[in-house]
Amino acid sequence: MTIQQTTASAAAEAVRELLRGHGAVAMAGAAAGNLVSQTAVTAGPVSPVVTMSAAADGTTPGTHASHGSAPVAPPSGMRVPPAAMAPRAKKRNSLLWPGIVVALAASLVLFGGKGGWISNFQYLQLSLVLVYAIAVLGLNLLTGFNGQISLGHGAFFALGAYTAAVLIDRYNVNYLLTLPVAAILCFVAGYLFGLPALRLEGHYLALATFALATAVPQILKYRHIEGLTGGVQGINLVKPDAPFGLPLSPDQWMYVIVLLMAVLMFWIGRNLLDSRPGRAIVAIRDQPLAAITMGIDTARFKATTFGISAVYVGLAGALHAIIFEYVSPDSFRFDLSVAILVGAVVGGIASLPGALIGGAFVQFIEKYADAATKQFTNLVQLPIELEPWTIYGILLIALIYVMPGGVAGGLATLIAKIKRKRSVS
Amino acid sequence: MTALLQVEGLKAFYGPSEALHGIGFSLAHGGITTILGANGAGKTTTLRALVGMIRREGKILFDGKPIDKLSTEAIARLGVAHVPEGRGTFTGLSVDENLRIAAYTRSDRAAIKDDMERVFGYFPRLKERINQQAGTLSGGEQQMLAIARALMLRPRLMLLDEPSFGLAPLIVQEIFRIMRLINSEGKVSVLLVEQNAALALGLATEAYVLETGNVVMSGPAAEVKNDEGIRKSYLGY
Amino acid sequence: MEQLLQQIASGLASGAIYACVALALVMIFTATEHLNFAQGEMAMFSTYLCWQLIQFGLGFWTALAIAAGLSFVIGVLIERIILRPLAGASALSVVVVFIGLLAIFHSMAGAIWSHTIKSFPSPFPEVSFAGSGIIGPHQIGMVVVTIAMLSALFAFFRFTTLGLAMRAAAQNPTSARLVGVNVDWMLALGWGLAAAIGAVAGAMVAPVVYLEPNMMSSILLYGFAGALVGGISSPGGAVFGGFMVGVLENLVAYFGNLTEKTFGVYIIGNGEKLSVALIIVITILTLKPAGLFGRVITKRV
Repeated sequence: MTIQQTTASAAAEAVRELLRGHGAVAMAGAAAGNLVSQTAVTAGPVSPVVTMSAAADGTTPGTHASHGSAPVAPPSGMRVPPAAMAPRAKKRNSLLWPGIVVALAASLVLFGGKGGWISNFQYLQLSLVLVYAIAVLGLNLLTGFNGQISLGHGAFFALGAYTAAVLIDRYNVNYLLTLPVAAILCFVAGYLFGLPALRLEGHYLALATFALATAVPQILKYRHIEGLTGGVQGINLVKPDAPFGLPLSPDQWMYVIVLLMAVLMFWIGRNLLDSRPGRAIVAIRDQPLAAITMGIDTARFKATTFGISAVYVGLAGALHAIIFEYVSPDSFRFDLSVAILVGAVVGGIASLPGALIGGAFVQFIEKYADAATKQFTNLVQLPIELEPWTIYGILLIALIYVMPGGVAGGLATLIAKIKRKRSVS
Repeated sequence: MTALLQVEGLKAFYGPSEALHGIGFSLAHGGITTILGANGAGKTTTLRALVGMIRREGKILFDGKPIDKLSTEAIARLGVAHVPEGRGTFTGLSVDENLRIAAYTRSDRAAIKDDMERVFGYFPRLKERINQQAGTLSGGEQQMLAIARALMLRPRLMLLDEPSFGLAPLIVQEIFRIMRLINSEGKVSVLLVEQNAALALGLATEAYVLETGNVVMSGPAAEVKNDEGIRKSYLGY
Repeated sequence: MEQLLQQIASGLASGAIYACVALALVMIFTATEHLNFAQGEMAMFSTYLCWQLIQFGLGFWTALAIAAGLSFVIGVLIERIILRPLAGASALSVVVVFIGLLAIFHSMAGAIWSHTIKSFPSPFPEVSFAGSGIIGPHQIGMVVVTIAMLSALFAFFRFTTLGLAMRAAAQNPTSARLVGVNVDWMLALGWGLAAAIGAVAGAMVAPVVYLEPNMMSSILLYGFAGALVGGISSPGGAVFGGFMVGVLENLVAYFGNLTEKTFGVYIIGNGEKLSVALIIVITILTLKPAGLFGRVITKRV
């Protein structure tokens, strides 16, 4: 009994800490120099390190420790060097870097196309990277920051894509107007799916979403919506031209749109996490019980996070449909959900910039994995020709062991280490 | 004659935090030693450390052999039976299965059968409930089952963690009476952790008092029992 | 009427397969609280192993026995090498590792044996008998073999010391260690058994669904549904649940067909198989998470 009580009170303290803004989230910017959450750096929810110690703690199996709470719990809070507690003002500087990245990306359009350095096809590739980054970010919000596992986000991607495709193809709606519609539909769908999923944790939620992902292609082929969805055939679209006689090719123009959307969605995501509700979202992941005792309406927050997450993924789907000019049921199989998850894990599950890395990874795998695996097969003289998914799988498992914080988390840890060394010497 | 259990400089850890700060004690062959102390003093931790349920450092000699590097199951095979806090019954298995699984490490069928009868001699109530699911037993019966299960290992040393916890006084008396029998008849040495100091000191021959992970007092049980100072300052009665 | 009986019979036959998969899932779940998303792909891989051995000229049953043995070893190795170091890791880490395994098995099967659909021999003779209009010999064989295997498993868990030790280790690992059970090995054995069960299930269903890397994806989902219906913590319930969803699946298709014929309205048919599974999974998870026979798992906080 006593153990349970102390756990609960320590947890409550941690949440209060969080809400005051000195907790893990607030520290994050200062510690990592950018947007990576502290939890991703020290020990995110995927870190075996934290949870191992939880297993050793025989007194409280399945309690706070197993939720990867160590980063915000008082004992480890004390281990954070004082430098990491720097005032929040410092974080504002970190806007600089995203700004530079965006400026560089934008200048790609101005000069890249004119100089003929970047082909239309490459613009499409870049757009796809950003599209997947938005989707990965959406999953990150849910899984990384709110602690809900989803293996079924391909479903919302499909919903967004089909919304855009159906509206454009059947109802001649302007493609830009399809985006808010897709967002709203996906929010509702995500919220509704999130409601029953509320009672489910960890593996069970993974199972429910797994079932959703597996069923998506069949749902899309359902006979009564064939008139809208085009059944197995899918829907062909035509990429929109740049408006106002701008001297941009459709691919360049869509790159601009996608870039703007990506910036907007990252900006929203970051501000969301920085807000009071955002801290509640994280608190629910770290200390579900304490969050309830703090008066956070866990149910509403979880369902809403599910909805918001679906909005991100749905918008990505809609953009994908427009720039890819095609949707069909079989492009939204379980593989897609896995790809989004892989992107999130590779980039770093609780990291905003990690989403960009993840997006790039998904696109890279889609495009180059075949060639890469062929090369690899030749290189090591394997008797059989490997498939990209093998690499996917090995990489996923390896990442969980080696770099539980994903690439972004790994980099942040590295930076933090270097900084610490410097400050020591 | 060397002691059955000799512990020196035992440290134990929960994750990174040290819960025992190098304690030492010993237990004679055939003896009953009790470890007393307030809540959180490290009594349960000591038992857990002995059988390797948590990370530990230090010297633990069982019958002269070091066991501080062995796994929990290997220690159990040597004849150290730990009856953990909360009894640790397999609630989904029947009484019979609970006892059979306890003899898992043994292959001598006939002897197992004998032991089963002997155990039922101590706890006739268990025999009446032999096919009942352990989870449906009363608290006292579960404690009896836990001790019975430990006996099925044919232990030379039994570690008992708060056997009186949550039980009615009459049942507790019964259990302590049987423990005395098991100790004298069965030649089983006992290391007893108890919150109820008066009870424990009545049974034990040696006593150690723990406070926040350190041994602060030790001596023959009778002495500790009669020392009002110790009683008042550490045992609270 | 005959059609209805036919549907029920074939529901029982596929239910037998779901029951096996469900049992394999439950075995791993009760021991580790993990849902093995790679279970289906592991079974598919085992089925390919069996096919390969048959191609080498072995008889069906010999091939199946060897394939099941190999699967057992693979299962044990996966537990020892990949999952053991993750003991106590977060649910997400474990789920991601399972997805990784799923991807590896799926692609390796494709890489080794190609993605083209292969036929798989049935070990049961094509004989006609009274009632063979309702149920075919292979379907009867499927049910008989799986029930025999499941009975053997239950006997193993009920009456042997090793089976008892495995149950004890799954139920209360700490106490199991305290009586000298090597819990780590028990978990690995559980994985091995689950993999071997998958191999048998795969070989039984392959003649019906044909051999290809995707053969198990819908079966796995129905296996999950069956396990959930029965209660994910109850092996007996899982088997029952497996049969139940098998019959349910076929009845849904039957009545969907019937309404279309009678009223000319299409509501649901074979094309919505997976959606039916999805609905079952979601409904059970939301309304009765403990299933029909499972215990409510109260979480200690």
